[in-house]
Amino acid sequence: MAEDEVTSEPEPAERGTPVGRRVFIGLLGIGTVGIFTGSTVSNWLQRIAKDDKTGLLGILPGGGGWRYYTVTDGYPSRSTAEYRLRVGGLVDQPFTLTYEALKAMPPTKLDRDFQCVTGWRVLGVKWRGVRVADLLDRAGVKPEGKALRLTSFDGTYTESLTMEQARRDDVIVAYELDGKPVSSDHGGPVRLYVAPMYGYKSVKWLDGIEVVDSVIPGYWEDRGYDIDAWVGESNGRNDQQT
Amino acid sequence: MISRPEPATRVPRFTRVERIAHWVNATLFTITMSTGAMFYFGWGQSLIPDREAVRAVHVYSGLGIVVAFAIAVIPRWGRSLRADARRINRWSRDDVRWMKSFAKDRTVRLGKFNPGQKLNAAFVPAAALVLAATGSIMYWNQSFSTDIRTGADFVHQWFGVLIWITVFGHIVLAFRDLESLRGMTVGTVSTSWAKHHRPAWYAEEHTATTPTPSPVDA
Repeated sequence: MAEDEVTSEPEPAERGTPVGRRVFIGLLGIGTVGIFTGSTVSNWLQRIAKDDKTGLLGILPGGGGWRYYTVTDGYPSRSTAEYRLRVGGLVDQPFTLTYEALKAMPPTKLDRDFQCVTGWRVLGVKWRGVRVADLLDRAGVKPEGKALRLTSFDGTYTESLTMEQARRDDVIVAYELDGKPVSSDHGGPVRLYVAPMYGYKSVKWLDGIEVVDSVIPGYWEDRGYDIDAWVGESNGRNDQQT
Repeated sequence: MISRPEPATRVPRFTRVERIAHWVNATLFTITMSTGAMFYFGWGQSLIPDREAVRAVHVYSGLGIVVAFAIAVIPRWGRSLRADARRINRWSRDDVRWMKSFAKDRTVRLGKFNPGQKLNAAFVPAAALVLAATGSIMYWNQSFSTDIRTGADFVHQWFGVLIWITVFGHIVLAFRDLESLRGMTVGTVSTSWAKHHRPAWYAEEHTATTPTPSPVDA
C-alpha cells in the first residue's frame, strides 16, 4: 500500500474498487424498482402491520395509514354538544339533529377500505353511523329532489351526490371510526362516508344535507375531479374497489 | 494548535467552491428536510398555516439541491469537486480494512476521506436524486397512474427517513471532530490532524505537489 500512495502516476486516489459508484447506481436502481413495485409492497406491508400486535411495523415508512387533509386553515372544531346536522332543501319536513339524536337513530356498521384519489388507502376501517337514506326518508324527499348538496362546518368544503348514489346502503353519516368517536382530524364529530367512492366524497365536519334538483359540483369537482367518484372507475385510476 | 510545535502552515482541505457548494446544499437540505418532516408527521398536513406554500417550498428547495449540485460541478469551477468525487468513488484495501474493523483499526492509512465519509457522499446524492424524481411524480402527479403515484410516495417516504438519519449522523460526527469540521468552514486542517487522521492523503499532498501543498482553489 505504501508504494501505491507515493506513486503519482496514476493518482492514488484514482485507484481501488469503485464502491462509491456501485452504491450510487445501486441506490438509483432500488429507487426505480421501488416506484414500480412500491404500491404492491406498501399494500403488503399494511396487511402485515394490521395483524402485528407489537405495532412496530406500523411505524415503518410507507406502511400506509391516514393522511389528514383540510381545505381551510387547521381543523374546524365543534363539540358534540354544539353539533347540529341540518337536513333540508326539497323535502317535506326539514329538520335539525343534535349529535345525541343522530346516535339514537338505527345504526349501520361498515367495514370497508378508505381510498384517497392521491393514492393512499387505509384497509378495513370500521365505520358506524346512520344511512343517508334513513335521514332522507325521515325528511321526505319531494319528487323534484334529484341530488344532494353536502356542506361542511369548515365553511368552505362542499360535495354532491345523486339521489340514487345517496340512497345506497353503504353511504352513511358516520360518528364512529374504528370503535372511537370520529376525531377532529378525521372530520369529527360527524362526517360523511361514501364507501364506494374516493375519499373526497366523504365530507369531513359534515353539517348540512340539502336536497336539490340537480347535481351541483363540489369543492374538488370544481377543481377538476370527477363528479361520479367511483373507486377504480373514475379520475383516470384503476384501484381495486373499496 | 498554536501551542503545538508544528508548522504554522495548515493543510488546505476544501476549496472555496467546495465549501460554498457544501453550505448552499446544507441550507437547502435544512429547508427541505424540515418541511418534509412536517408532511411526514401528519400534523403538517393540517396544522401549518399555508400548506400549499410549504409544499411549494419543500418541492423547490428540494429540486434546488440537484440544481445547486449540477452548477457546482460544471467545468468552469468544479475541478476540485470532481477530483474529490473520484477519491470518494474509490476504496483502497485500507478502506476495506477500516470498514471491517468498524473504524477501530488504527494501523490503516486513510486517504482524504474515510470510508464512512465515502459512503455518506455516495448515498446522499443518490438519495437526493431518487427523492427529486419521486417527489416530482408526487407533485406533478396528473400524468401518472395510481400504482406509480403510490410507488413514488412509498419510495419517497423510505428515502426521506434514510436521508434524515444519514444527515443527522453526518452532523453529529462533524461536531465530534471539530478539526475535520474546520476543513469545511475555513477550508484548512492542522498538519497534525492530516498526518494523524489522513496519513495517505497528507503524504500524497506532500509528494505530488511539493513544495506548496497547492489547493486547487478557483
